Amino acid sequence: MLILNRRRFLQVGSLASAAAMMPKFLKAFEKGQLVPPGNKVLVVIQLSGGNDGLNTVIPYRNDIYYKMRPALGIKREAALSLTDEMGLHPSLTGLKGLYDDGAMGILNNVGYPNPDRSHFRSMDIWHSASNAQDYWSTGWIGRYLDAQCKGCDKPTQALEIDDTLSLAMKGEAAKGLAFVDPNRLYNTSNEAYFRDLMRTHEQAHDEHHNVDYLYKTMAETISSASYIQQQFKTYRSSESYPNSALGKNMKVIAELIMSDINTKVYYVSHGSFDTHVGQQGQQERLFKQLDEAVSVFVNDLKKNNRFQDVVVMTFSEFGRRVGQNASGGTDHGTANNMFLIGGGLQRKGLLNEGPDLTNLSEGDLQYKVDFKSVYATLLNKWLTADDKDILKQQYAYLDFI
Amino acid sequence: MALVSDKLQMQHLAWRAGFGEPLPLILSWTDQRRKQTVHHVLNGPKKQSLIPVEVISATELPDYKKVKDMSAEERKQVRKMNTQGVKELNLAWLQTMISSEHPLREKMALFWHGHFACRTQNVIYNQQLLQVVRENALGNFGDLLSAVSKTPAMLQFLNNQQNRKQHPNENFAREVMELFTMGRGNYTEQDVKEAARAFTGWGFDGDGQFVFRERVHDDGEKTVLGKTGRFNGDDMLKILLEHRQTARYITGKIYRYFVDDVQLDEDRLATLSDKFYQSGYDIAGLMKEIFMSDWFYDTQHVGSRIKPPVELLVGMRRAIPMEFEREETMLLFEGLLGQVLFYPPNVAGWPGGRSWIDSSSLMFRLRLPQVILYSQELNARPKEITPEMGEGARYKMTLELNESLRKLYARRVNARINWQPYLDAFKDIPRERLADEIAGALLMKNANANKSLLDKYADASSRENYIKTVTIDVMSTPEYQLC
Repeated sequence: MLILNRRRFLQVGSLASAAAMMPKFLKAFEKGQLVPPGNKVLVVIQLSGGNDGLNTVIPYRNDIYYKMRPALGIKREAALSLTDEMGLHPSLTGLKGLYDDGAMGILNNVGYPNPDRSHFRSMDIWHSASNAQDYWSTGWIGRYLDAQCKGCDKPTQALEIDDTLSLAMKGEAAKGLAFVDPNRLYNTSNEAYFRDLMRTHEQAHDEHHNVDYLYKTMAETISSASYIQQQFKTYRSSESYPNSALGKNMKVIAELIMSDINTKVYYVSHGSFDTHVGQQGQQERLFKQLDEAVSVFVNDLKKNNRFQDVVVMTFSEFGRRVGQNASGGTDHGTANNMFLIGGGLQRKGLLNEGPDLTNLSEGDLQYKVDFKSVYATLLNKWLTADDKDILKQQYAYLDFI
Repeated sequence: MALVSDKLQMQHLAWRAGFGEPLPLILSWTDQRRKQTVHHVLNGPKKQSLIPVEVISATELPDYKKVKDMSAEERKQVRKMNTQGVKELNLAWLQTMISSEHPLREKMALFWHGHFACRTQNVIYNQQLLQVVRENALGNFGDLLSAVSKTPAMLQFLNNQQNRKQHPNENFAREVMELFTMGRGNYTEQDVKEAARAFTGWGFDGDGQFVFRERVHDDGEKTVLGKTGRFNGDDMLKILLEHRQTARYITGKIYRYFVDDVQLDEDRLATLSDKFYQSGYDIAGLMKEIFMSDWFYDTQHVGSRIKPPVELLVGMRRAIPMEFEREETMLLFEGLLGQVLFYPPNVAGWPGGRSWIDSSSLMFRLRLPQVILYSQELNARPKEITPEMGEGARYKMTLELNESLRKLYARRVNARINWQPYLDAFKDIPRERLADEIAGALLMKNANANKSLLDKYADASSRENYIKTVTIDVMSTPEYQLC
C-alpha cells in the first residue's frame, strides 16, 4: 500500500516532496534490491547496418540455406539449438539462456511492403514508421513523447544513449534527449552563462517564434539534465558490464531504470552490421558484444526485481540477401527477425514460423509481419499509449505481450 | 506592417541572401538605395565567370567501364580517391561559401542542393551535379531542372539507368514530379507510370555523360496530366513546367527557405508564383521581387529563421576569418549539427526549420564558438554515415569516411583566428557602447544579450580581450542561431 502510494506520488511528479515525506527506512529500502515494480520500460537496441538475420536465427534444416551459403552457412552442430528447425548464432549463448528461461521471443519475417535496400532510406522508414513511399520527419518514439509530454517541462520519457539524437526520437512538439554520460550532459548544459541567459529570457513566452522555441528547448535541456543527473546518482550498479560501447551504454540504462526516473523508452545503437565483406568475423564480434551486454543487463534487472517491467527490442533496417556474395559477405536484403526480451512476456520462444526460402522475391525473403505491428503492440499493450494516434494508422496487435 | 531600422534591413538582406556580412559593408549598404544593394547582391561584384568547385578532373579517375577488370589493389585506390574526393569537395565548397564575393549564388546553390537531394559515392558525379546547381542557381528553373535531371548523379541515384521500355522503373519519374516540380497530390499514380515511360532511355555512359538510349526508349503514345502524345523525357519536363502548380510549389519552397517557414502569406505567395510563372521561371527575378518588397523587411520575418548548420558555420567563418589546423573538423561539425553536404537524409532533402534543433544539437551550437575560439576539446561524435546502396565495395568508402571522422573526435579543435579585421570594425566605438554594438552586429533579434549580462562574463583586462570575449558570448546565445 505504502509502495503504491509512493509510486503515485512520483507519477504526479512531485519528486522532492515525495522523497522528503518518506520515512528514512523506506529510502534505504528504495536503494536496495527491492525496488518495487511499476514503471514499464522499453529498451530499443538498434543493430545498425543491416544485420544478417539468416545467420542470427539459423534455419539449419533447410537445404536451400546451405546451398545458397556454401561458405557462410552456419552448421547445425555449431548453432545453439532452439527447435528441430532453428538454431541461434553460436555467439549468442546468453540469449540462448534467456530463450530457455522463457524470457525471449523471436519474431521472424518482419519487414514492410515495397522494401527499400538503401540503409538510410530503410532506417528512416523504421524510425518514422511511415510507409515506404512516404517521407516523415518525425519518429515513432518522438510522437509517443508528444503524447506523453504534452505541456511537460522535461522530455525525459524517452532517452537516447548517444551523442546525437536519432530521427526515431524526434516528435512534432517534443524531442527526446541524447547523451552518453549524464554527468557530462549536466556539466555542459549547466554553465553559469547559459543559466543566466535563461533567467533573463524568462519573461516572454510565445512558441510561435523560433527564438522562444530555442529557449524552450534550452530550458528543457537544462532541467532535464539536472533531473537525470539527480536520478542517476541514486543507484550504482554492482554488476561488471563489458567494456564495449554497448556495455557502457547498457550500464547507464540499467542505472537509470533502477532509479525513480520517469523514462519509459531508452534507445541505443550497436554496429555496424553492414557485412558485405568478411561477415563471419564481424558478426561474431558484434554478437559477442551484444550478448555480453544484454546478459549482464538482464542479471542486473533480475537482481533488482525489475526484469518483469522491462522489454528489450532489437531491430535492424533490413536483413541481408539469402545468397552469399563473392567476398565472404552478404548484400542488402529485406525481411528480418527481431528479438523481444523481458521478464513479462506473454508469449515467448519462436513467435511465428521461420523464413520461407522457397518463396523468395528476386532472391530476397518476403515479409509476413509488418514492423509497425510490433510498434503498435509495444505502444498499446506495454506503454498503454494510443498507438493509432502515434502510428497514424491502426495496425494489428501481436500477442507477445 | 512595421519595418526594422535601415541598418537591420541590410543585415537581414545579407543573411537571407548570403551568410551575413561584416559591419563595414553593412554600413556602406545602409548609405545607398535598396535597389542598388539588391542589384549588387543578385549579380555579384561584376560579370565574372563562375569558378567551378573542383577537386578532381575526370581524367584522374579511371574509366569505370574497366573497373571490373581491375585488381583488388587498383579498386582500393579508386575507392580511396572517391572517399577522399567527396570529403574534399565538401570542404572546397564550404571554402567557396566562406570566401565568395557573390554569396547569394552559393546560398541559392545550397538551397538547390537540398531541393535536388542526391547521394552518390562517385566524386566526379557529385562534382558535376554541384557545378550544374551552382551554374543555374540564379538562372532559369527550367534549364536547372533539365540539367539536373540529366546528370549521372541523379539518373543513378533515382535508378533511371534501369528504366527501360520492357521494365519501366518509376523512381525517377515519381521524384521528378513529387519533389522537383509539382509536389504530392497534384498527379495520379497513372501519371507517374506514364511519365516513367517518357523517361525510358535516359541514362549515362562510362565517361559520365548523359546519353539517350533510343533502343530502350518507349516511343509509344502516353497520356499524362491530361495531355496525349509520343512524349520523351524533354517533353515530360516541358509539360511539368507548363503546369502552374510547379511555379507554386517552387515559389512556396523558396519562400519558406528565404523568408519565413512558420507563417505563410497565401496572397503574397500567389502573387509571387504568378510572376515567377509569367517570367518563364526566372529565379533571379523571383529573388529580386522578394528582396525589393517592403514586407521582406517586416519585423515578423527578421531574425525568425533558424540557420541551417552549414549557414551557421559559414557565417561564423565569414564574420571572423579562421584557419583550422585540420580542415576536416568542419565535417565533424556538420555531422554533429545534422547537415553533412552531399549526404542529405533522404530524397526529400533536409527538412529544415525546427527539425535542426534538439537538445543535443542546440547545446552543441551554443558551445561551438567556445570550442573553436578557445581551442577546446569536442568530445562528441556524430552518427555514422551509411552508404546509399552498399552493394559490394562501395560501402568500404563510407567505412573509411567514418573512420577518419572517428579520428577527429576527442581532439582539441585548433584554429588560427585572424581577429584583426573584426577588431578593426569596432575601432571607432567607445568602450561603453561596445557590448551593444557587437550584439547588434551579430544578432538579428536581440531580446537578451544585454550589456550588463555580457559585462558579467567578459574579460575586461584589455579592449581587445573585451571585444573577443563579448563576441564569443554573443555567438553562444540562442539568438545567434537565428537570422
